[in-house]
Amino acid sequence: MTTTDRAMEPAQQVAPPRFLERKNWRAYTGQIGLLVPIVIFVIAVQAVAPQFLTISNILQVLRQAAAPGIIAIAVTYVVIAGRFDLSVGSILSLTSVLIVSYTNVYGPLTAVCIGLAAGVAVGVVNGFLVGYLNLNSVIGTLGTLSTVQGLTLIFTGGTNVAVKTVDAGGWFAFLGRGYIFGIPTPIIIFALITLVFEVLLKRTTFGRRLFAVGGNETASAFSGIRTGRVVFLTYVISGLMAACAAIIFSSRVMAAQNDGGSGYELTVLAGIILGGTSILGGSGSTIRSAVGVIILAFIQNGLLVAGLPYYAQWIVTWAVIILAVSADMIARRAGGAS
Amino acid sequence: MTLQMSDIDPNRDRRPQIMEQAGGLLGNLIGRQQIWIMLAVISAYLFITEPTFRSIFNVCNILLDCSYIAFLAIGLTPLIISRNIDLAVGSILALSACLVVGLADTLGAMPAIAIALLAGMSVGLLNGLIVEILKLDSFIVTLAAMIGIRGLAFLFAGQDSLSTFNDSLMSLGLMSFGALSVIPIVVIVLAVTTQWALRRTVAGRNIHAIGGNRSAAVNAGIRIERYVIGAFIFSGLMASLAGVAMAANLSAANANFGQSYELWAIAAVVLGGTRLTGGSGSAINSFAAALMLSVLRNGMNLKHVESFYVLVTMGLALILALLIDKYLTYRRLKKSGG
Repeated sequence: MTTTDRAMEPAQQVAPPRFLERKNWRAYTGQIGLLVPIVIFVIAVQAVAPQFLTISNILQVLRQAAAPGIIAIAVTYVVIAGRFDLSVGSILSLTSVLIVSYTNVYGPLTAVCIGLAAGVAVGVVNGFLVGYLNLNSVIGTLGTLSTVQGLTLIFTGGTNVAVKTVDAGGWFAFLGRGYIFGIPTPIIIFALITLVFEVLLKRTTFGRRLFAVGGNETASAFSGIRTGRVVFLTYVISGLMAACAAIIFSSRVMAAQNDGGSGYELTVLAGIILGGTSILGGSGSTIRSAVGVIILAFIQNGLLVAGLPYYAQWIVTWAVIILAVSADMIARRAGGAS
Repeated sequence: MTLQMSDIDPNRDRRPQIMEQAGGLLGNLIGRQQIWIMLAVISAYLFITEPTFRSIFNVCNILLDCSYIAFLAIGLTPLIISRNIDLAVGSILALSACLVVGLADTLGAMPAIAIALLAGMSVGLLNGLIVEILKLDSFIVTLAAMIGIRGLAFLFAGQDSLSTFNDSLMSLGLMSFGALSVIPIVVIVLAVTTQWALRRTVAGRNIHAIGGNRSAAVNAGIRIERYVIGAFIFSGLMASLAGVAMAANLSAANANFGQSYELWAIAAVVLGGTRLTGGSGSAINSFAAALMLSVLRNGMNLKHVESFYVLVTMGLALILALLIDKYLTYRRLKKSGG
């Protein structure tokens, strides 16, 4: 009995399309394929809007990419294990609302702890449903998304919340607004988390097991890996990181909206896909996901700075994702490194 | 004794024997048509406890309310049976709604409707081509399309709501038999027709085959591309039909229509018993699931449940339905030897 959650698994092995079987230079398409359009894009935007490549703008973009980036790191784990987590956006909303509200009552430290605990709690529920009960991850986390969104609204009674008591110089504010050696704190945190998670992924037994479960769940189970526990842990990490992102997020604006995180799961997923992680599971890298999220952020910023209307971002993102995945597919079929 | 999956499977059955025996024939019936049982149970409960529920007006209201998700779910069913997915249906709905309302004043109702439907079918065609010719995964392709088509909708409509004064469009959208709008009737007819087509036509059998075992289908000589692209076009058509219906009914549209509809439509398809891994499914059951979700929402409104709690309950209902489905599948498989 197969228990794999390959809900979105594509066709089983089929011969690659004829026109790809000719030359092997296509193997390099995966690596340089996307780089060329990106370079062209950057040059084009820079020509139209010279403020694009200024230090302050770059730092601004990176700072904004920090929150989705941190979540993307954790969701990469979930995707490597062959599952999805659609509830991260609403976990962000819930925890940011909790942190902001409780900061007014108990102060930042307690509030942050409560927020982290809430994120972990939702992660535990997700992990239990998808990891141990083996429910379909798309529908299961959709259910969690809905529930958590509702809980957020119930908690705030529909209003948005703002921090009133914390002074602007505290450590909590420093997380979102401070600078370390001239670089905004969120970026540093983002970089550190990326590195830590990459090491966790590539150098620990947990990471090994993660790849195994994603690659071939039945074989992993037969090899003695507790697949349920591995998947469970990925969701707990995902929930925890969504809470961490919420800390940075709410620290920056000192306020939280009921739907602050809505749509985040899309951005995160798009960034992960752009980064080259296979949604089938079994392969991936947190650094590449981070790069994917950053590229996406720069594309969106570039389009805005160039004066294009807001909806242009979405249309371009659509094209970019298709191009990126095609390039990767071409490289894969030609047998090259991807 | 050979090592069986059930020996190392983390979901090894721990439930008492008596549940298995008590199931039996009834369990099989429930297992296959569980969505109708759930619908009947919820409806019966509401029928008994809420007098307002029984009114013709309320019933017609529920039927209209579920129609849009039902359109999407019916369109998604053949696609999911063939082991693909279409996440762009919500955005296609928005695009079509905006197109029909935006063009009705200048071009007339019929041409506007035709263009809107054509737009949906073209998006489906595009998605199908990318999936089948470029051999990309439908999840990624339609995820990107979801983002991009939403952008196109905003491109056409901008930030504001569009409205029309075209009489024929308005009368078409508000056409009804007494209290019952024509839209649910169209939905039911489509559900029955699609189900018939899936079961009794060659195309339908081939779709099942493609989803059940793709390589076997290839070997059997089935032209996969043709049917998958056709399924995508059908999904796009249904989505645009939903958009046209919604816009005609309201005589207005904006680019935010259909947000998150795709997720609920997929949920309806899964709740209706269609496996996301493909190979089996039923369009009528998808309609029943959409109806059940509407009945649930309506019931909670009648019981004056606060709107925030409605969200929580819908999410929990989703998870509960998944649990029931998982339990029944597991029992069925265990009966047949695991």
